[in-house]
Amino acid sequence: MYNKSLKELSASLRNKEISSVELSQYFLARIKHFDGDLNSVITSNEEVALSIAQQADKVIASGGGGLLTGIPLLHKDIFCTQGLRTSCGSKMLDNFVAPYTATAVNQLELAGAVMLGKTNMDEFAMGSSNETSFYGSVKNPWDLDTVPGGSSGGSAAAVAARLAPLASGTDTGGSIRQPAAFCGITGIKPTYGRVSRYGMIAFASSLDQGGAMAKSAEDAAIMLQAMSGFDEKDSTSVDKPVDDLLAGLGDSIKGLTIGLPKEFFTKDLDADIREKVEAAVDAMKSAGANIKEISLPNINLSVPAYYVVAPAECSANLSRFDGVRFGHRCESPKDLEDLYKRSRGEGFGDEVKRRIMIGAYVLSAGYYDAYYKKAQQVRRLIKQDFVEAFKEVDVIASATAPSVAFASGEKKGDPVSMYLSDIFTIGVNLAGLPGMSVPCGFVNNKPVGMQLIGNYFEEARLLNVAHQYQQLTDWHLAVPAGYEQEASA
Amino acid sequence: MKWETVIGLEIHAQLATKSKIFSGASTAYGAEPNTQACAIDLGMPGTLPVLNEQAVRFAVKFGLAIGAHIAPYSVFARKNYFYPDLPKGYQTSQFDKPIVGLGQLDIEVGGETKTIGVTRAHLEEDAGKSLHEDYHGMTGIDLNRAGTPLLEIVSEPDMRSAAEAVAYVKKLHTLVQYLGICDGSMQEGSFRCDVNVSVRPVGQEEFGTRAEIKNLNSFRFIEKAIAHEVERQIDVIDSGGKVVQETRLYDANKDETRSMRSKEEANDYRYFPCPDLLPVEITSSLLDEMRDSLPELPAAKKQRFQQQYGLSAYDSEVLTTQRAMADYYEDAVNFSDGEAKLVANWVMGELSAALNQHNVDIVNSPVSAERLGGLVKRIADQTISGKIAKQVLELMWSSEHSADELIEREGLKQISDTGALEKMIDQLMADNMDQVEQFRAGKTKMIGFFVGQLMKQTQGKANPQELNKLLQSKLKE
Repeated sequence: MYNKSLKELSASLRNKEISSVELSQYFLARIKHFDGDLNSVITSNEEVALSIAQQADKVIASGGGGLLTGIPLLHKDIFCTQGLRTSCGSKMLDNFVAPYTATAVNQLELAGAVMLGKTNMDEFAMGSSNETSFYGSVKNPWDLDTVPGGSSGGSAAAVAARLAPLASGTDTGGSIRQPAAFCGITGIKPTYGRVSRYGMIAFASSLDQGGAMAKSAEDAAIMLQAMSGFDEKDSTSVDKPVDDLLAGLGDSIKGLTIGLPKEFFTKDLDADIREKVEAAVDAMKSAGANIKEISLPNINLSVPAYYVVAPAECSANLSRFDGVRFGHRCESPKDLEDLYKRSRGEGFGDEVKRRIMIGAYVLSAGYYDAYYKKAQQVRRLIKQDFVEAFKEVDVIASATAPSVAFASGEKKGDPVSMYLSDIFTIGVNLAGLPGMSVPCGFVNNKPVGMQLIGNYFEEARLLNVAHQYQQLTDWHLAVPAGYEQEASA
Repeated sequence: MKWETVIGLEIHAQLATKSKIFSGASTAYGAEPNTQACAIDLGMPGTLPVLNEQAVRFAVKFGLAIGAHIAPYSVFARKNYFYPDLPKGYQTSQFDKPIVGLGQLDIEVGGETKTIGVTRAHLEEDAGKSLHEDYHGMTGIDLNRAGTPLLEIVSEPDMRSAAEAVAYVKKLHTLVQYLGICDGSMQEGSFRCDVNVSVRPVGQEEFGTRAEIKNLNSFRFIEKAIAHEVERQIDVIDSGGKVVQETRLYDANKDETRSMRSKEEANDYRYFPCPDLLPVEITSSLLDEMRDSLPELPAAKKQRFQQQYGLSAYDSEVLTTQRAMADYYEDAVNFSDGEAKLVANWVMGELSAALNQHNVDIVNSPVSAERLGGLVKRIADQTISGKIAKQVLELMWSSEHSADELIEREGLKQISDTGALEKMIDQLMADNMDQVEQFRAGKTKMIGFFVGQLMKQTQGKANPQELNKLLQSKLKE
């Protein structure tokens, strides 16, 4: 059951092989059974989920609904859910229950999906290893001594361990793609503006984008289809019809041109990973794709540019957590200054504080031009490189991360080395392009991800390429050892 | 040494939109605390701003009215600082790319016209209110005002006296109400004023160090605060000190300014473009639409009133200061069949006095322009005298009746019938021969006695001109 595709699950629901309530109970049982080690789910929605599943069963019985009706899923705890705590992985919001639901979650709910709970994440989505969460680190089901990646590590680990067929994620610098790669699942971050950011707690507003995490490109396509679309509540969402992401999945990729940026295939890339990615590229070549080397001359500036722009935005975005209206407030503050200092000092973890300080610094008088303004200029150059590249190629391929999942604690004290684990993914956010990660093999029994980058609003093509690749390979079907068994109910 | 005062002004005009600048919450004044603050106004996590188009249109309208450059692209920025009534920890405002660029406004002081430059005007959101009273050492926060749209209008340092500054503020106050973009209520804080004041020796090019005075919510306070601040600065310099750049608060109770914070304590606001909002794009079609929607502006209206109605410059100025009053005036003239001068006197005189006395705005006047026009018509055609008309106006104030109905009901119609008046005069003269003799002996003032007596008998209804004529001729017989 746990390894069935969405289409298969949906068919089972329609054939009355199983009800949505049973399916939900099945995955809730898996969460209870397996998540003790993983720590991927931090809030259960069991009661409400079962009543929603009941509703879904009625809809299905009447012949209505769609592919997502009655399908259980998990949401990253960055998406606000009315009536259910939204912590963003932070002590600051440990007591926060939003009086509204994020648009993306709402759309999935309207499509009939059943939210089982909320997944762990790096605090305020700041991290690449899921070690900065107030609720403790998440473990990688492929090797409990390694990290699942971040910041959507809870969602990635949960889908990898088959605790739910789907999970939402958000991606500011690689936070869907890198954990997808580390956990051997498929994750897609669409074009900036394709999924509404309303109700998604902001880290860096001009980079944040919600997306889908699933076992396969086809499942991810179904989920993303439901999440996408213009939202009048988000001024940066784009008023453009959503393509049918499923219709073209089966199209041949013959004649498509896949670009390989030479800057992403250097000696910095682990040789074993390089071999797996090249093998995946060969597989696509054998399916008729043309392969072309390209150059993104300014891409090596993406990490420094990102670590100016993202902290700058976060420093302002997190100012609202001041202990005045919601969230953590320190005990008996002496005065206003004390209220601010202690509420924020106690509520935020080290990584969040580090980024707020960097952000405040790069925006301060006398430094703005040298840092923030310069970073924005670099950002435009990086975007321009991609625009040029897409004149020659349809899709760009690379490794998603420079290594496989690293050991827990390995990079915790070394922020720069941690930041560099997003070196291949960050440029995509700076340019606002859609990108995804697809499993393409194993190194030392740890999954390797191939990143695919598409042109603006070409999610359909991206998913088509990924799906065709997954027709040729079955890396995406591999389940980590121990999790193939059924949960004892 | 002779000193020259240099003044520049920053005015915050609250835009008269129904909802807030970035949310759908109402902007209505006076609601229970925190009942008009939605999740967006509270800065709840995950919420996002959506720009109120009406605020943009109002800003454009203002820019066009002062002949300013309207930026085809303007940008909202975040102004970062912590304060409990600033929910997001930043104010969304326009910084280096404001929507309205350089424009100008003419003022008249002492019969001279002077052009004041308007540096810029930009859109921003208001903060909430901190309530320090009533909470016993704690502070209450009311976020109803948070997110209310403001247009901040910044002038050039072009004013040289308190009188010029007040003239400029009054001009702007009139203009924004004309445009219908601000209700102008200074009491409710819809029109707020900060004044930058400095002094320099006459003839010196360079500006002196300025102080910014905040919290001026009446024209009188502006004038007084400037006068005091100028005096204070001159005192400081004369006694060998230096004026420091600082923000000062005007205390109306003590009639003085005192220091709030100096420049050294000023925040670094760390402005940067707000990533949640797209640049504001002003299309040429919107510009055309706003240009076409501009009403006749105060200066043009004043000129027209002088020409069309033959009014003095002073009367035209008074009648056009408030658009509502100008509209009322013109309506009343129509209903009076064109008695322009007489209507002007009544609107500026009796009506305004009554409105002031009852503290009622002219838009809510119990006596409509139609009814006032009807009243004036009866004065003009001598149905009633001016004195009786005042009585009629009072009756109209508390009823729905027209002047004609009231004149009829109360029998106030003027007695112009010569025969009837002659009869009354003859009787009066017969009863008071002494007084007649006195008159005839040269004591012509005695005519007042007869007028008074007859008016008393007719309860003021005798046509005074007619009465005078008849008395003169009869007494001289």
